[in-house]
Amino acid sequence: MTFVNNLWRNEKSREIIIQLLVLLSIGWFLSWLVANVDANFKALGKDISFEFLFIPAGYDINQYLIDYNNRDSHLRAGIVGLLNTGLVAFFGIILATVLGISVGIIRLSKNWLASKIAYWYVEFTRNVPILLQILLWHGIIINTLPHPKKAINIADVTFLSNRGFYIPKPLTENGIEFVYLFFIIAIIFSILFYKYCKKKQDLTGAQYPVFWINLSVIISLPLFAFFISGMPISLEIPALKGFNFRGGMHMSPELAALTFALGIYTAAFIAEIVRAGILAVDKGQREAAESIGLKPSKVMNLVILPQARRVIIPPLTSQYLNLTKNSSLAIAIGYMDLVATLGGISLNQTGREMETMVIVMLIYLSVSLSISALMNWYNNKAKLVGR
Amino acid sequence: MSLETYKPGSYPNLPPPAGTVGVYGWLKNNLFSSVSNSLLTILSVILLYYLIDSIIGWFFFDAVFDADSKIECRKINDGACWAVITRRVGQFVYGFYPEAERWRIDLTFYTMFFAFAPLLYPDLPKRKWLLWFSGIYPIFAFILINGGFFGLPKIEYSLFGGFMLTVILGVSGIVCSLPIGILLALGRQSKLTVVRTLSVCFIEFMRGVPLITLLFVASSMLNYFMPPGTNFSILVRVIIMFTFFSAAYIAEVIRGGIQAIPKGQYEAADALGLNYWQTTRFITLPQALKISIPGIVNTFIGLYKDTTLVVVIGLLDPLGIGRAALADTKWNGLSTETYLFVALFFFVSCFAMSRYSLWLENKLNTENK
Repeated sequence: MTFVNNLWRNEKSREIIIQLLVLLSIGWFLSWLVANVDANFKALGKDISFEFLFIPAGYDINQYLIDYNNRDSHLRAGIVGLLNTGLVAFFGIILATVLGISVGIIRLSKNWLASKIAYWYVEFTRNVPILLQILLWHGIIINTLPHPKKAINIADVTFLSNRGFYIPKPLTENGIEFVYLFFIIAIIFSILFYKYCKKKQDLTGAQYPVFWINLSVIISLPLFAFFISGMPISLEIPALKGFNFRGGMHMSPELAALTFALGIYTAAFIAEIVRAGILAVDKGQREAAESIGLKPSKVMNLVILPQARRVIIPPLTSQYLNLTKNSSLAIAIGYMDLVATLGGISLNQTGREMETMVIVMLIYLSVSLSISALMNWYNNKAKLVGR
Repeated sequence: MSLETYKPGSYPNLPPPAGTVGVYGWLKNNLFSSVSNSLLTILSVILLYYLIDSIIGWFFFDAVFDADSKIECRKINDGACWAVITRRVGQFVYGFYPEAERWRIDLTFYTMFFAFAPLLYPDLPKRKWLLWFSGIYPIFAFILINGGFFGLPKIEYSLFGGFMLTVILGVSGIVCSLPIGILLALGRQSKLTVVRTLSVCFIEFMRGVPLITLLFVASSMLNYFMPPGTNFSILVRVIIMFTFFSAAYIAEVIRGGIQAIPKGQYEAADALGLNYWQTTRFITLPQALKISIPGIVNTFIGLYKDTTLVVVIGLLDPLGIGRAALADTKWNGLSTETYLFVALFFFVSCFAMSRYSLWLENKLNTENK
């Protein structure tokens, strides 16, 4: 008995005992779960196999980035769904970032009215469930926008209707490579020019209007190439044929609703992050910058933002991640994303809940884990070096 | 400028210059301090005008509050058709809970305030007595809502719905997830490798997958993990998933709070000879929880909003009731009205929660201001 008592009194051995007990109980619990699954599957005559991925899916997907028809496999349907998730996340993130940063800055502006409007925008959007907002936007597009025949016509090239949005589609012709080439040259030039100016500023303090010079180069070089190679881009303008539009680029009501809802919802959170990040910069920094005579725009760009960025970027990334995860709610309005294809229709058709859900979860898990790994790396790099 | 001179010590108290005080001064400082600021003001006024002009009329003045169908609504006026809500308000609140038994829900709901008041407001008089009530409240609420005791008829879970379901899911998720979240946070900070690894795996898994996939698991797969023949209600399965999901988020918030505690606190606790649980109980948690209140409440708000997701697996929360109403040919196409109504409910409750957290944060802030 004293031996046991001594084991328990000794810190080292006690830790080992506790960990062993935890390990044993978890192991017992897991084996119990596995045994249950086994018994249940035996009773139902099921097994675990991933062969279903290679049989024809047999259902249609109305939005696809790679070729797909209903004779393709479940695997391909899943990939189409994954790409659709990526598509809506991409649009949503752009919208959320632009809107969120603007609202965050307006919220801090000295203008009382504008900052109040920004405040109520944030409160209204982030206190209403995202699923509700998706359904609301979808309902507004489907029920209140007019039929294609009476579509809202913007300059005869863009049409908004309850079947979705139609915008002109750029068609490329021979000679387009020339434009691409000049575009790449312009990008390379602007990166080099930016680095050169930064170096020069660090050494001598001289400043150039880098942004405007780069912008004009990036616009004018490809434009120049476009004209001398004989205008190789033409626009395919959507036109009403029968009951719907033909041609042009089509954004389905589902994709549009999802993009709006996710973008507007996440923007509210991003606005708060941006505001908190700017407020987190010590007041003395701004005062010091002003007192050495920097212009307000320079104070922002050279002093406040570089410091705020360290605070802003990690939560910003997790908002992007949230947006991507929230895009799985697409299933409620019938947008065919990863959850709706593989975890929805494929699951129902093949009856393989276990396998499909494991695949779907693993995909989401690997995306978010790799992004958090990236963030940890960034945090370590951006951390203030303590002295 | 007056050229009057004053003897030293006898300057009169002049009023502040006109234009820096009063309505005019306020307008000048806050709305028209510079050209760009004035432009922003004008833009905001135009935006507000269009918003209010188009929304208020549709919302109130042209709205129809009672009619038999959408077509009838449109005959009366062309604004919002709130009849879809007013005709089904009972369903929106109680789901399909039998009408004769609805007093039980009302009673549970009103007594909930007495149960929560002592937890939410530490200065309440007679708090000790009320805390006893808070302790037994979960059992009390279960008996009332579920029935089956004291001659109350048992009500099937499948009849639950509406805002009542939202509150049941939200409150039970919130109440269960806080303790689990605290344990996970402690586990993640533990010295014991096995405990730490397990906690990290659980937290990262829950945070890495969308809630909707977890709900699919709850609705279609959870029964596989139970001994053959067990069949427990979908409501319970969903609550378990909500609890785990938000516990993982709460754990991360509290971990942030624990990490923010200065090292000296632990050293002082060690010097006093406190053991691990005493340190946790008297030193770590009181400080960590205080720091993490805003984050915890935000997680709760998130959980409360996420209860709408149950509509995807077929439970009839307000969204489900709304969609059922919209599927009725009489009300087809009134989605904006329906969803706005539900949105208003969520806005009011979530906004109240965030205000409460602000209040509590200020109250517990013992730092010098």
